[in-house]
Amino acid sequence: MKEIIKDANEQSLKRMKSAKPVWTDVRYAYEIFDSLDKYTFLHAGPPIDWSNMSGPMKGAVIAAALYEGIASDEEEVEELASNGKITFSPCHHYNAVGPMTGITTYSMPLYVVENANGSNTAYSTINEGAGDVLRFGAYSSNTVERLKWIEEELAPVLKKLILRMGGLDLSVLISQAVHMGDELHMRNGSSTAVFLKAIMSTLVEVVEDSEKLKKIVHFLTSNNDQFFLNLAMCSSKVTADAGHGVEHSTIVTAMARNGVEIGIRVSGLGNQWFTAPAAEVKGLYFSGFSSKDANPDIGDSAIMETAGLGGFAMAAAPAIVQFLGAGKYSDALNYTNDMYEISYDESPYYTIPSLDFRGTPLGIDIMKVVETGILPVINTAIAGKEAGVGMIGAGVAEAPFMLFEKALLSYAEKQGI
Amino acid sequence: MDRTQQLFSERLNIINVGLERFSNSVKEQEVPAIQVDWRPPAGGNRRLMEILEKLNQ
Repeated sequence: MKEIIKDANEQSLKRMKSAKPVWTDVRYAYEIFDSLDKYTFLHAGPPIDWSNMSGPMKGAVIAAALYEGIASDEEEVEELASNGKITFSPCHHYNAVGPMTGITTYSMPLYVVENANGSNTAYSTINEGAGDVLRFGAYSSNTVERLKWIEEELAPVLKKLILRMGGLDLSVLISQAVHMGDELHMRNGSSTAVFLKAIMSTLVEVVEDSEKLKKIVHFLTSNNDQFFLNLAMCSSKVTADAGHGVEHSTIVTAMARNGVEIGIRVSGLGNQWFTAPAAEVKGLYFSGFSSKDANPDIGDSAIMETAGLGGFAMAAAPAIVQFLGAGKYSDALNYTNDMYEISYDESPYYTIPSLDFRGTPLGIDIMKVVETGILPVINTAIAGKEAGVGMIGAGVAEAPFMLFEKALLSYAEKQGI
Repeated sequence: MDRTQQLFSERLNIINVGLERFSNSVKEQEVPAIQVDWRPPAGGNRRLMEILEKLNQ
């Protein structure tokens, strides 16, 4: 059995390491997914229904319903959702990923990121920036107006831009950003800056109206350091999905939270979710907030850690420990060193200067997690538990042991052990 | 003096595996000590240990 598992994991990691995520297009969700209608809402994390959703996710559902024009107020949305008229499905089931609440719907424009060395594709919405945003559960008129502006103004420009550029290799940008001190989950200042530099000359070519250009540049450069996150998440989803579906492999290929539960998927265990209660995030709170205001861990952004970035790359981004309340410089190194203990391999693209350019830990192995008891760490924002409050802090969450225990028990049953 | 007796008269360097309280009390006496982050495989869960053993064969 040992050799069979080794061969399977080698195969899974070979596919992950050779994945090449390239941003190729921007398309509306309805153009991509034939089965999607205005009443099918995608969300972050493993499956969840309306009645069990946390405050921020319900708020995001309200925002999306108002944006899609299928309801005119909060009460009407709640009725549609409670009656089952609005149905819900994980983003992951559509090869998509969404940060925080992750609510993705019919009219939303999505990045299309293709694996240039494989056949899989990943999708994500365009980051809304800061303020009263859907991804944190806001549903104000400002929230909906911003979504409309992204749909009608920004997305067509980004589409024109990327088609003119002929694609953008995201792994090159991410590699540079890691060397500049980003871990690509909670620190994207460098990646966003490198991204803007990469697109800027094409942007000014494709937008002739100076007022329109001013508005777009203002949006991309003001209070929007996390703009690249959604593209980074697509890149990680492309990498992780490339390694999925290898029989006997024990490598985790998805890790995602819906604000109530966290779930993982394993390469050799099909599309089954193994779930546990979402963790409390341990971190620093903005002034006026504390842990009693916090929602449990939420978002598909744990795909970053699944693909060897975020908490796994903290040694490359030691400055983040101050933002997350995660200790000292040496703690950043310790987090990454611990993650090597539970990972099967190392990234060939994303290297850590302070560790003599060692690749980041890649390929969480459920056997190693169970054997060592070391849990994957996830860097994350902390959302307020009431809809619309927004981000109230940032910190580190641990993926619960129960996930890996359940996965291993299922794996053993499948092997007849 | 045999080796055991010598230990009582020498400066010690401690590696502690297990309860951290032991290394803490030694450190309080300014004796160098390293705490090893050891835990039983699979948290001591027999079923999980059995599975890991069989999968590693």
